[in-house]
Amino acid sequence: MPDIQIPSIDLGVSLQLLIIFGGAMVLLLADLFSGEGNKRIVGYIALLFVVGAAAAGVPYWDAPRSTFNGMLVLDNFALTLNWIFLLSTAITILISLEYLPRQGIERGEYYALLLFALGGMMLLAQGTDLIVLFLGLELLSITLYVLAGFAYPRLSSEEAAMKYLLIGAFAAGFLVFGIALLYGATGTSSLAGIANKLGSGLAADDVAFMLAGAALVIIGFGYKISMAPFHMWTPDVYEGSPTPVAAFMSVGTKGAGFAALARLLLVALGSQYATWGLILAILAAVTMVIGNVSAVAQTNVKRMLAYSSIGHAGYILMGVLSAGSPAAANRGIEGFLFYLLAYSLTNLGAFAVLIALEQRGEAAWSLDDFAGLWHRQPFLAIAMALCMFSLAGVPPTAGFWGKFYVFTAAWEAGLQWLAVVGVITSAIAAFFYLRIIVQMFMRDPVREISPSLDRNLMIGVGLAALGVIVFGISPTPVIDLVQGSVLALSR
Amino acid sequence: MVPVSYYVLLSAVLFTLGVVGVLTRRNALIVFMSVEMMLNSANLALVAFAQRWQSANGQILVFFVITVAAAEVAVGLALLVTIFRSKRTTDIDEINTLKG
Repeated sequence: MPDIQIPSIDLGVSLQLLIIFGGAMVLLLADLFSGEGNKRIVGYIALLFVVGAAAAGVPYWDAPRSTFNGMLVLDNFALTLNWIFLLSTAITILISLEYLPRQGIERGEYYALLLFALGGMMLLAQGTDLIVLFLGLELLSITLYVLAGFAYPRLSSEEAAMKYLLIGAFAAGFLVFGIALLYGATGTSSLAGIANKLGSGLAADDVAFMLAGAALVIIGFGYKISMAPFHMWTPDVYEGSPTPVAAFMSVGTKGAGFAALARLLLVALGSQYATWGLILAILAAVTMVIGNVSAVAQTNVKRMLAYSSIGHAGYILMGVLSAGSPAAANRGIEGFLFYLLAYSLTNLGAFAVLIALEQRGEAAWSLDDFAGLWHRQPFLAIAMALCMFSLAGVPPTAGFWGKFYVFTAAWEAGLQWLAVVGVITSAIAAFFYLRIIVQMFMRDPVREISPSLDRNLMIGVGLAALGVIVFGISPTPVIDLVQGSVLALSR
Repeated sequence: MVPVSYYVLLSAVLFTLGVVGVLTRRNALIVFMSVEMMLNSANLALVAFAQRWQSANGQILVFFVITVAAAEVAVGLALLVTIFRSKRTTDIDEINTLKG
C-alpha cells in the first residue's frame, strides 16, 4: 500500500460547513445556560449562524475549488444549493420559535439538531466522493429521526420517528451495499474517478457490479427523495412529525437527496445515461401519478401536502434526469435548481399556515379548518392561496416557472411523453389545491378556531409568500443564478 | 489465498438474508438486527474489494459505516424504549395509528 499522504486543506471550501457545525455545538452550550422556558434565545442564535453561513458563501461565487483530496468541492452548483438549504432552515427556525412552546415541546437541542441536519444537507451538496455522500446522508437522516420523534410522548410523533428510522436504516443498507459494489467495480470512491474508469471501459464482470451498484445506490436515494415505489413512508411520517419538522423534511431531505443524486448520476454515471435515463423517466412518471392521484382523496391537509410532495419529487426528478441527456444538459440542471427553490419556499409557506391553524392538543388539519379563513385572517388566507397557486403551477408564481423549466428540459431531452404526463398530473393536482382556496374564500367558517399568528411566524409566512410571488413576477434574478450554477458543473 | 469473488458472493448472500429479515420479521429488535446484517455484509464486500484494488478507501469507509450503524441503533433503541413505555409492544405491525 502507498504511504499515507496528508492532503493540503483549503478551509475556504468548508467554511460554510464549519460555521454551521461550530454553530450547532455553540447552541448545545447555549441551551445549557439558557433558562427553562426561555429557549427562544437559542433559536435566535441559530438564526444568526445560518445568516452568517449564507453570507460567508458570497465571496466563493464563480471561484470553484475543491479540497480534501477532491472529496469536497465548492462550485456554483453546490453554493446555490447551500443557499437554498440555508434559506429553508432559516424559515423553519422562524416558524418553530413559537410553535414549540405552544405545543409544550420546547427543548433547546431542537435548534442544534436542525443545524446538524443542515450541515448534512450541505455535505450532500458539496460532496464529490461516495464516502462523503454517505456520511452527509446519514448525518441528515439520524438527526431527522430524532426530530421526527421530538413531540414525544405524543404517540403519533414516536410512531412517525420509528417508521422513518426503520425505512431510513433499510435504505441506508441498500446505499452502502451499492457503494461497495460501485467501489468494487471501479476501484475508487471518487465520483470523478468512477467517471474516468467508466470512460476507459470495464471488464464484463465489473460492468455487472457497476450496474447493480448503481441500481442499489439509486434505490437508497430513492427512499430519501420519496420516489415511487419507495414513497410509502412519506404521508405517515409527515403527519406524525411536529409540523415544522415535516416542513423541513419535505424540502430539506428531498433537496439534499436530489443534490447528491444529481451529482452521482451526472458526474459519475453520466456516460451511462442510456441505461438509467429511461428507467428513471418511467419512475418519475409513476411518482407524479401516484403522488397527485392519492392526494385527491385526502381530507387531511397535512397528508395532502405529503402526497403532493411525492408528486413534486417526480417533477424535480424530471429536471435531474433530463440533464443527463446531452441535448438538455444545462436546461435540466437549471430546471432542477429553479424548481427546488420555488418548491422549498412554497411548501414551507403552506406548512407555516398549517402551524398557525394548529391548536395545542387537537390537530385535525381538516379541510374544514380552512373554511372562511379569508374572513378571519386575510393575511394567512392570501399567503396560503399564493402557495397553493404556486404548487399547482399557476402563473404568475414561482411554481409556474419551475414547472415550465422542467417540462421544457424534458421536452428538449427527447422525453416528450414525460412532459405530457407532467402536464396532465399538474391538472389533476390543481383540483385539490384549488379546493383549499375555495374553502378559504367562498365558505363560511365551520368551527371556531382562532389562528395564532405571532411575529416570527408572520415573518416566516411573509418571507415564503413574498418569495413565491416576487420570483413569479420577475424570475430573472433566479434564472441568472441557476444559469451561473450550471457552468460550474462541468463534465 | 481465497479469491475475492468468494467474499463478494458471501456478502451478497448475507445482504439478501438481511433484506428478507427486514421484510418478514415483525419484531423491531429483529428488524434492527437484520439492518445491521445488511450494513455488515456491505462492510465485508468493501474490505474484499479494498484487497482487490490494494487501496485503503474501502477500509476507511468500513470504519465510517460501523460508526454510523452504532449511532443509528442508539437512536433506534431509544425510540423503541419510549414506544414500549406507552404501547407495551415491540411489534411494528401494532404501531399503526397513522394511516389513510
